[in-house]
Amino acid sequence: MSGPSTGSTAVSPIEFSAKSRRYGAWYVTEHKIRQMRGYLGTLLATALGTPVLYLFAFGVGLATLITGNVGPTPGVTYLEFVAPALLASAAVLVAMEEYTFGILLGLKWNATYIGMNATPITGRQIVDGIMIFVGLRMIVTCGIYYVVMLAFGAVDSGWSVLTIVAGLLAGFAFSPVAAYSARIEEDRGQFAILQRTVILPLTLFSGTVFPLTQLPIFLQWIGWLSPLWHASELGRQFVYGPTEPIWLSIIHVVYLLLLGIVGWQWCARNVTRRLNK
Amino acid sequence: MPTPVITATALTKKYKDFAAVDGIDFEVAPGESFGLLGPNGAGKSTTMRMVGAVSTRTSGDLTILGLDPNEHGPAIRSQLGVVPQADNLDTELRVRDNLLVYGRYFGLPRSQVASRADALLEFAQLADRAKAKVDDLSGGMKRRLTIARALINDPRILLLDEPTTGLDPQARHILWDRLFRLKEQGTTLVLTTHYMDEAEQLCDRLVVVDKGRIMAEGSPAALIREHSSREVLEVRFGSERNETAAAELAGIGERLEVLPDRILVYAASGEEALVEVVRRGLDPITSLVRRSSLEDVFLRLTGRSLVE
Repeated sequence: MSGPSTGSTAVSPIEFSAKSRRYGAWYVTEHKIRQMRGYLGTLLATALGTPVLYLFAFGVGLATLITGNVGPTPGVTYLEFVAPALLASAAVLVAMEEYTFGILLGLKWNATYIGMNATPITGRQIVDGIMIFVGLRMIVTCGIYYVVMLAFGAVDSGWSVLTIVAGLLAGFAFSPVAAYSARIEEDRGQFAILQRTVILPLTLFSGTVFPLTQLPIFLQWIGWLSPLWHASELGRQFVYGPTEPIWLSIIHVVYLLLLGIVGWQWCARNVTRRLNK
Repeated sequence: MPTPVITATALTKKYKDFAAVDGIDFEVAPGESFGLLGPNGAGKSTTMRMVGAVSTRTSGDLTILGLDPNEHGPAIRSQLGVVPQADNLDTELRVRDNLLVYGRYFGLPRSQVASRADALLEFAQLADRAKAKVDDLSGGMKRRLTIARALINDPRILLLDEPTTGLDPQARHILWDRLFRLKEQGTTLVLTTHYMDEAEQLCDRLVVVDKGRIMAEGSPAALIREHSSREVLEVRFGSERNETAAAELAGIGERLEVLPDRILVYAASGEEALVEVVRRGLDPITSLVRRSSLEDVFLRLTGRSLVE
């Protein structure tokens, strides 16, 4: 057979690249979704298995030991208290996976970003596409979590569905981690260190499984910094709130959005610089 | 020369104080097959990345398809096909999916990408591997898939950075054949290589680069004519006798080049040079007469061989 025709395009380069310049980020998302097909089963099993196990362990198991009041609001069960925080943690887990290994995979181990960048796609579009993909993954994960929460009676339908939004914000708030990953040249176990010294303490001291106010005041600041605390409290407002003044809820949203936006922009800058050295 | 598709003037790329590309000038005409020949670290890949509109130049001018890559990176890249030095195929996708995903980046409709992908798999002789995992392909197959991927947007210029480095001889010949077909169809090829035979096979014209600078420019034949003799006699005397024998060879041919393991005698006629060597009573262990190659040109220009 004869080879493919080449060089026949009569359209100007600027015209030819117009679609890529407009929709480039979505093409990146499309690529990521296609990659995901290979391990879709594992992802769905995790997304479904995690809430079932956690809600059973905490809401049914641990809850039997907790008879006292868990928060400032009387009448709230432990399951109701813990569920929005667990949902937010699940979103953070998904985001962290993509923001650490996902980013370094694309830049180094399976250097697809370099290939993308040889096309009209820019570093910024690559990052935008990844962020959209992470958002979609979090929506699916949180959506499944929410359905399981409903099944466990941890939430009533209605406004509580907005706890998914709180989860999304929690995940995005970790995007500075993606910016950090984009600067890693050599893997020397940075992600394991990050997991143990930052993420784990943030999870433990974020009012996830017990109210932050139970902690001595000198430890509470960890929670105030933690996106997970802000997201958990926000989620609780939607599930059984309001339990706090509205200005505090607004602070949660603003704080999470701010971290998310700063991290996103910073990541786009780092990826662009790295690809265009 | 018709309007060049690539024009570089005093093109420079510095990393801190180190000039990877140190003020080079060249032009590439449409349909031409242009090569950058030089050893590792000569600045070939850096030049390719600048031409590929992914690396920003430090100074000088660069125009690709009439556009400045600083201003119009995406537009330029939409018309290029890039085969990087290291394959960066997506190992998480199957062979054909690699082409589908890549085609989308150029904004091509799915149906068009699909039909082009099938044609390109035929061209790359990978049609029967469409559903294979990338990791299961041989080195030569991966290279051909990378080339097929680079052609998905019907590029006006195909950039190939060391296309056959690391491939076995058979895989190289298959690849050369594919590239030659593209050349016949009028695709502009720009390639870097440190293989003389590759440059001679594929390039209409080339520049010899070393330490970020252009040492010489011309067609392979012209470069050899200009910088070397027609033939070369290679004689070996064993590592111990090499130096002393060299002294006794003085005056034979146009020029001598003493390498650690052999002596090169540059002469119009290698046979006649050999007769003279024997007449002087020198008794080489082995002797070989061959035509001059680009390797000799490079040796002459830089005092070093290409592959060290």
